[in-house]
Amino acid sequence: MSTQVRPSWMEKPKPLTQAAKAVALIVVVLIVCVPFLVIVSTSLASQREVVENGGWVLWPTEPTLQAYRDIFEGGIVTHALGVSVGVTVIGTLLSLACTVTLAYALCRPGVFGGKPFLILILFTFLFPPGMIPSFLLVKELGLLDSYASLILPVLVNVFNLVVLRGFFQGIPEELYEAARLDGASDLRVLWTIVLPLSKAALAVIGLFYAVTYWNSWFYASLFLESDHWPLQQVLRTYVISGAGLTDTTTGEGTVNAPQTIQMAILVIAVVPILLVYPFLQKYFTKGVLTGAIKS
Amino acid sequence: MVPGLAYFLLFQYGALFGSAIAFKEYVPFDGVWGSPWIGFENFQRMFGNAEFWDAVVNTLVISVLQLVFYFPVPLALALLLHSLTWSTVRRFVQSVAYLPHFISWVIVVALFQQMLGDTGLMNSFLGDAGLSTVDVIGNPDAFKPLVVAQVIWKDAGWGTIIFLAALTQVDEQLLEASAIDGAGPWRRFWHVTLPAIRPVVILLLIMRLGEILSVGFEQMLLQRDAVGPEAAEIIDTFVYYQGVVGGDYGFATAAGLFKGLMGALLVYAANKVAHRLGESGVYK
Repeated sequence: MSTQVRPSWMEKPKPLTQAAKAVALIVVVLIVCVPFLVIVSTSLASQREVVENGGWVLWPTEPTLQAYRDIFEGGIVTHALGVSVGVTVIGTLLSLACTVTLAYALCRPGVFGGKPFLILILFTFLFPPGMIPSFLLVKELGLLDSYASLILPVLVNVFNLVVLRGFFQGIPEELYEAARLDGASDLRVLWTIVLPLSKAALAVIGLFYAVTYWNSWFYASLFLESDHWPLQQVLRTYVISGAGLTDTTTGEGTVNAPQTIQMAILVIAVVPILLVYPFLQKYFTKGVLTGAIKS
Repeated sequence: MVPGLAYFLLFQYGALFGSAIAFKEYVPFDGVWGSPWIGFENFQRMFGNAEFWDAVVNTLVISVLQLVFYFPVPLALALLLHSLTWSTVRRFVQSVAYLPHFISWVIVVALFQQMLGDTGLMNSFLGDAGLSTVDVIGNPDAFKPLVVAQVIWKDAGWGTIIFLAALTQVDEQLLEASAIDGAGPWRRFWHVTLPAIRPVVILLLIMRLGEILSVGFEQMLLQRDAVGPEAAEIIDTFVYYQGVVGGDYGFATAAGLFKGLMGALLVYAANKVAHRLGESGVYK
């Protein structure tokens, strides 16, 4: 909705102020958008054009999907994409299930040891275990080079847990009691009353988990061998460190200009974030998040 | 609740107790529990290690730079956004500005290479304009400003959320009354808006001070190779290179434990100060 509301007492800003604001806003938008434009354009340009222009293109004159075709022919990037999607989907579902049940148990009065458990959990937020003990733990559990090592060590996020618990606590007590009187079990109350009322909070937390899993890079670099890599680790190796990509991306055969392929991999890693972003946005305007951050 | 709780007991507390390795000499064959105790030897080595202190200094320098150059940016941006009366424009700019927060560090670092690298966008423009090109990526001297710029690009927009929330709490009637009494925009800002959001600003500042030993680990690790450890080693990357890369697990854990303890103490102290100032703090 295009609404322009200025309170009646507020004076109209001077033209100079308005111009300065406009310039500032345009600069902000450009600083964020231009890098994305450049990677998309470069990934769509032909190798010749990229080379002529010195490594990047702002607007391709003869757009081609060749780079994407090369990537999806198979090989490392296709495989990595599959790994990233799989870890993100399974990880998000597992994380949500564990966070929801734990948050629910922690907000119901009378759960055995509820308060000490909460303190135990909050303590890990203040004093998280170090990198090396976590690494050795994963190693001793025999999880090295397994996809579980990307999910299990980060299964429940304390912040998300606390937010969800706060949300559950906001549900009127009468609803719980009514269900109790009707003889519903705890799980049934959770499934039929609490979860339907918490859709917005679940969506936000689910999306946060999904974004975290999708973006996760360090654990993959720490735990996985190269034939199990997700997309972010492939990006790190071939785009940031500039390892030779020519023979490995597509397995075999001819390869387009590495630069266009590098940019295409970047685009593929960004696109899912852009796709879920409008949904994320819809919910933070609902104030779920602002409330969460304040708490 | 069982799976969630099991996670905390195993992966958080299991690893926390695994920190005992800081007081041991790790022998791979014996594992964490079977390795022999050596007391504080790892800590003594750590305090005598020049590279460790370099990492501490780098961490503090980057933190302070971020405090000075990053911290005011979300506040300024929030004030700018809040002053817009045209809500379509405001919402559009907000959407654009929040976006980079959700982009991974791997991609952010790659984007900065594309923009500021020697064949990147900026240097092409400088070259075309007949100016000398600037070596930003892979230049140890430019590394710390680069790191701060990356943090600003990624998180300044997202950081506005809390300030925008605070700005909506500013008493509208007070603003109106002062406008009627003849106060211009600047005086209204100075005498009404600023005092109203000051508690939030102070609280965030204190919390940031509590986390002064933490700077972006992935961000630094991704770029350490390009500029070398002198410029980019922070405590967390020191732990990583000594432990995971160097295999000196006990020593690396000691450094990590030292940072964890200091960090927890700082957060606790920051929280106390916040309470003293009448704020609610993070932990009650």
